[in-house]
Amino acid sequence: MVLRCPAKLPKTRRNEHALNERDMLLSDSDLLALWLSFRLAGTVTLVLLLLGTPIAWWLARTRGWWKGPIGAVVALPLVLPPSVLGFYLLVAMGPNGPIGRLTQTLGLGLLPFTFWGLVAASVFYSLPFMVQPLQTAFEAIGDRPLEVAATLRASPIDAFFTVAVPLALPGFVTASILTFTHTVGEFGVVLMIGGNLAGITRVASVQIYDHVEALEYTQAHRLAAVMLIFSFLVLLAVYAWRPNPKKGT
Amino acid sequence: MESIHACFRIEWSRFCLDVDLKLPLRGVTALFGPSGSGKTTLLRCIAGLERAPHGRLTVGGEIWQDGHHWVPTHKRPLGYIFQEASLFSHLTVLGNLHYGLRRISTAARVSVEHAIELLGISHLLDRKPDRLSGGERQRVAIARALAVNPRLLLMDEPLAALDLKRKQEILPYLDRLHDELKIPVLYVSHAPDEVARLADHLVVMETGRVLIDGPLAETLARLDLPIYLGEDIGTIIETTVSAVDNEWHLMRVDFQGGHLWARDSGILVGRRVRVRVLARDVSLADRLGHSSIQNVLNGIVDAIGDDEHPGLALVRVKVGEARLVARLTKRAASSLALQVGKEVWVQVKSVALLE
Repeated sequence: MVLRCPAKLPKTRRNEHALNERDMLLSDSDLLALWLSFRLAGTVTLVLLLLGTPIAWWLARTRGWWKGPIGAVVALPLVLPPSVLGFYLLVAMGPNGPIGRLTQTLGLGLLPFTFWGLVAASVFYSLPFMVQPLQTAFEAIGDRPLEVAATLRASPIDAFFTVAVPLALPGFVTASILTFTHTVGEFGVVLMIGGNLAGITRVASVQIYDHVEALEYTQAHRLAAVMLIFSFLVLLAVYAWRPNPKKGT
Repeated sequence: MESIHACFRIEWSRFCLDVDLKLPLRGVTALFGPSGSGKTTLLRCIAGLERAPHGRLTVGGEIWQDGHHWVPTHKRPLGYIFQEASLFSHLTVLGNLHYGLRRISTAARVSVEHAIELLGISHLLDRKPDRLSGGERQRVAIARALAVNPRLLLMDEPLAALDLKRKQEILPYLDRLHDELKIPVLYVSHAPDEVARLADHLVVMETGRVLIDGPLAETLARLDLPIYLGEDIGTIIETTVSAVDNEWHLMRVDFQGGHLWARDSGILVGRRVRVRVLARDVSLADRLGHSSIQNVLNGIVDAIGDDEHPGLALVRVKVGEARLVARLTKRAASSLALQVGKEVWVQVKSVALLE
């Protein structure tokens, strides 16, 4: 299964191309779509580790009235139809939207229908999957270990990295895996923001949709099975890898 | 300037703290009171874990908090021991001990070996906290606090979360701290026996205010205190072991003004030992007679006060420099015609050696 560059194939030849590779488990375009899904999920997970950690920390520690509204905004993507979120993001990132103006001013061009546009949209869409497990993990630590660290001469930032992060490590693992898998499984937002450009925005979930649209059920089956097995194995890992409940220390 | 001057005012919806205290910067000072009396909050204010908006705190002349300054907890040279050991569960015992040690200046570093030896934890260093017993954890927590070479040690009911057996396991180590440490200790407790055993100075608190503050022996002998001690009212006497009677397994302890016999507990002759005499174990007589009670002292009635129950009185007797309190019925006090200045015989049924 050599990864050629099927993205450059003209659209009309796609079916023919798939037929030629009937004997292979996955076609090159399938592999490209999978690779794009994983690249997107990996990038989003990294961005959210940097972005979601401070938000989760703040939500876990603050007693201010802002906690409610911010917590609700973070949780919105859980209940909002992806098309709604995608629509607003599309407008915001468009030539006349605030984000669009900003990216144009910065010389980045427009984000919709690009890989980085997908990343930006997915960061919003997967935010709760990073923030909520982290927030729970930080809340479970409580104030005490940080107070102990302070009495042992650790500044707040020092205590965060040497006490809070190690103690919340299972939370980081869970949050990262959930974010990654959730981004891999994304469909609606991708379609709204990214469209369907092979090699740029056509991720695995969109590829399956394409296969079904084109009545290529065999290919759809194969790719869907890969996604199913992948998701199951990852979730199995999350649920099997549960450290023993901490005894009181 | 060798004192802690703490002045805090906090007004929360359900709790107020209003204290203005001057505490000695040496020995063990017990902050004593029922739960909700504000003793832990006061300790947390001193540590900087709680920030009283109107507060002033100087320790040995150094300002830790006033209207313009606020020294954050991690810059205060203190050690803090919480009620639960609160060890870092991701580190071994040694990792816990080194956590603070690595963060202090090399000049301030002392050997952590001393703390390890003092708390008897050298065989536990490689273990993770979840492999320790409750008592062991608290010993590690104490060693960890000592490892940063603090100038002030704050202890928040370090024994309260432990059962009696674990308490007995830790108390000898606290005795050693008391005897060997040169740094002042603030010790929060609601257990009279711990206070009598460990403290040199006593602060009694209630509903966020300081009721009484003074040297331990003097404060325990106050008759306006008993309501907080109940059955535990009693006084302490600093004594020296002077003789051992091997035939009867007894030990004689001397103090200025007399001596007492106690069960021989193996303490060497010449050692100083603190003795606690509970008011319910003291009776008074106006003449000497034959009795099963071996400890009879001659003293002068110093003060008479009411006990909680209307039928009971507390009578304080001065024996040399020591003071003993007897709990009597008011009828007995009346039939003995007790009054301040009267000479009486004090019969002590039992004494507790606090060592």
